[in-house]
Amino acid sequence: MVTYIVRRLITAALILLGASFLVYLLTAASGDPLEEYRASSAPNKQQLIDARTELLQLDTPAPLRYFKWLGGAAQCLIPFANSCDLGKNIAGQPITDALGHALIQTLTLVTGATILAILIGITLGIVTALRQYSTLDYGVTFMAFLFFSLPIFWVAVLLKEFGAIGFNDFLRNPDVPMATALGIGAVAGVITAVAAGGAMKRRLLTGGVAFLFVSAVLIYFSATEWFKNPGLGPVVIAIAGVGIAFAVTLLSAGLKNRKALQSALIAVGVGLVVYFLIQPLLDEATFLMMVLLAVAAVLVGLAIGFLMGGYDRGQSMRAAALTSFLVGFLIMLDRYMQAWPSYFNNSRVRGRPIATIGASTPNIEGDFWILSLDSFTHLILPTLALILISLAGYTRFTRASMLEIMNMDYIRTARAKGLSERTVVMRHAFRNALIPIATIVAFDIGGLIGGAVITESVFSVRGMGFLFLDGIQHIDPNPVMGVFICVAITAMVFNLIADLAYSALDPRVRVKA
Amino acid sequence: MAESAGVDVPDVVGIEPILEAKGLSQGQIVRKRFLGHSGAIIGLVVFAIIFIMAFTSVGYAGIPGWWKYSHEDVSPLIHDGAPTASIFPPAWGEHPFGQDRIGRDLFAMTMRGAQQSITIMIVIGLIAGLIGVIVGALSGYFRGWTEAVLMRLTDVIIIIPALLLAAVMAQLAGRRDSGSWFASFASNNGVLAIGIFLGLISWVGLARLMRGEFLSLREREFVDAARISGASNARIIFKHILPNAVGVLIVNVTLTMSAAILTETALSYLGVGVKAPDTSLGLLISQNQAAFATRPWLFWFPGLFIVLICLSINFIGDGLRDAFDPRQKKFNAKKAAEIEVDPAPVTAFDELKGK
Repeated sequence: MVTYIVRRLITAALILLGASFLVYLLTAASGDPLEEYRASSAPNKQQLIDARTELLQLDTPAPLRYFKWLGGAAQCLIPFANSCDLGKNIAGQPITDALGHALIQTLTLVTGATILAILIGITLGIVTALRQYSTLDYGVTFMAFLFFSLPIFWVAVLLKEFGAIGFNDFLRNPDVPMATALGIGAVAGVITAVAAGGAMKRRLLTGGVAFLFVSAVLIYFSATEWFKNPGLGPVVIAIAGVGIAFAVTLLSAGLKNRKALQSALIAVGVGLVVYFLIQPLLDEATFLMMVLLAVAAVLVGLAIGFLMGGYDRGQSMRAAALTSFLVGFLIMLDRYMQAWPSYFNNSRVRGRPIATIGASTPNIEGDFWILSLDSFTHLILPTLALILISLAGYTRFTRASMLEIMNMDYIRTARAKGLSERTVVMRHAFRNALIPIATIVAFDIGGLIGGAVITESVFSVRGMGFLFLDGIQHIDPNPVMGVFICVAITAMVFNLIADLAYSALDPRVRVKA
Repeated sequence: MAESAGVDVPDVVGIEPILEAKGLSQGQIVRKRFLGHSGAIIGLVVFAIIFIMAFTSVGYAGIPGWWKYSHEDVSPLIHDGAPTASIFPPAWGEHPFGQDRIGRDLFAMTMRGAQQSITIMIVIGLIAGLIGVIVGALSGYFRGWTEAVLMRLTDVIIIIPALLLAAVMAQLAGRRDSGSWFASFASNNGVLAIGIFLGLISWVGLARLMRGEFLSLREREFVDAARISGASNARIIFKHILPNAVGVLIVNVTLTMSAAILTETALSYLGVGVKAPDTSLGLLISQNQAAFATRPWLFWFPGLFIVLICLSINFIGDGLRDAFDPRQKKFNAKKAAEIEVDPAPVTAFDELKGK
């Protein structure tokens, strides 16, 4: 095992050396960094040329410059020496600083999108596998292929037009006409009917209920100007919480496990009480506090489950912890909605909240809620675009993996010994289907930080992709190398992790030692 | 794509009769399965229509086409450039897809762009397929040093970003003053140059897959038998192993091609692919995205064609994958349900099946 890892790491280091040498030479050979000065008619033309030649060391041949760069980069390997030197970019800024900023921007952009895409993709994949060859399956398959074929810059322009400009116009005067409300309700009804499955009568019934519910809610929202002053309030949180409690228990323990259901419901009750107590505290929220509160919510849930006990304590604890976490999320959502009007009317936002470019409104001031709302409104469009194009892969892959597992002999055995379908799917099939997905996920996380060049360029996020593109355009090797090294190292490390994870999760696969 | 009914009306509860048992050759089985895949057939038809339209309408390689404008012709604006095509009554009009700001015909430009995308796609498919097969076959069959060297080369190419290579190539091609053969070639055949270049970097995934196939196939008995009867290495590779790996190859070449279209449009969008005055679908979108509010058709039609080409190629690839997968039995749930036999224990295992 150790030999295997060491061998892989040594190979990776050699590949990295070779590839970085090539990248450096290619960038340096891609053009003339002095071109903009050569054509200029500035009086201090020669000075400018000299200054840039000095900065980029253009009088040294490119291969020698690479080894100089390598010498600086090698210092990054010395721990705690703090002498990391990746050179400077064309504006004289150290690359290590620029990389730090860009990395934060990129990670805030892609992390949420990737997590959501993985969650939604896996869920859709499993549902379509369980309903193989149903209308739902065909619909999702077609959508997956469609999303897979969309150019992201095209999607981005559409999102900007309809998601930002159109939606902002709507928010200025939030009035849903009756016909639109009924239309959206009908679409929701059809989707629910298709997704519901089962006999025609049941489908029509669920579809009809969804249609009525969605239409009524939209009309109510329109009448009360909910879109201007959104909020959930304790009643909605209570109703949604009970729904969550039932859903979570159904998935994690089964409704027959009364103790688990009771623990989940108690967690909802506790959440409602906390809702009233916590409001003053939430006014002073910080990021750290939110994280601590989330941890506290999970702990409280675990405690409730533990105290309720029952024949399967673990299941009760799991159900209650998940429920209390989700109820906590609802409370947070409610607080965000309370902050919405003041964000909406902020002098910097001026009533057009959904942004098309950048990562934050310049010079915006406000508390935690305003600032994070500001990030959300900036992140929502790029996130949507990224989710759309990466969803297809996960859905198809999960579906294939799940279908293969569902045809295994041990699934038949599990059914034959009389386990409920929930246990068969969630305990026996789902967990095994996740093994191949784990490797894909590890692989994708490795490619995460360099993977959004076009999205960043369309939405003007100054992240890693922007740094890279900018470096290429200015024929500036140092930022290109910085981004390349970061991306390549994470990709290789996560590649190794994917291989190791596979052999750890599936004991039949052994790495060659 | 609502239904994937098999063409073969099943004799037994919705399960396709086992074609292998009928004494058909592998080619016949694959063809039958592919023709029974409605998604793939629709994809093929759509692609054929776009292909014929793109190459006959504005002409190709100097041969004139039937459409009256070329992508460079400027004509007076009609209806401020709005599309003249209509469905009720069906009419084509003077400028079916509309015109841009200076009066160029969008239909001609879109067709030209589609031509470029299809050319690039085919060039990439050929080059990537060829290099991928050679590298994969050599490293999988001979193993040892050959494998070590070739696979490390693959690793190096995989981690070098395609965008950087494209930018370098675009810079080199743009340097007309240097007068190198490359610059003059690229300035005359911009699209071909991009296709060749993208082909030269997108074989890596294929090579890895082919290596895997060869690694497993070379251990099989029929390869031992061939070797004992004195077949040369070349004969074993081309006559014995390659025909067995051709399914994986074709399917993945299609997928590489559909990905390549998106790569080309993305590169053109970023300004390092096809350059004006020539045009491509990605370039059209990039040029016209700012005009979305005033002339949305300039944005819709090129995008629609990218999606249509890519989608049809993906569906064809999906059909091929099903057709080449020997483990797969086509199972029609509806037919089985009509005969009311429990469909649960069917061994239908598939990866990307059924639309």
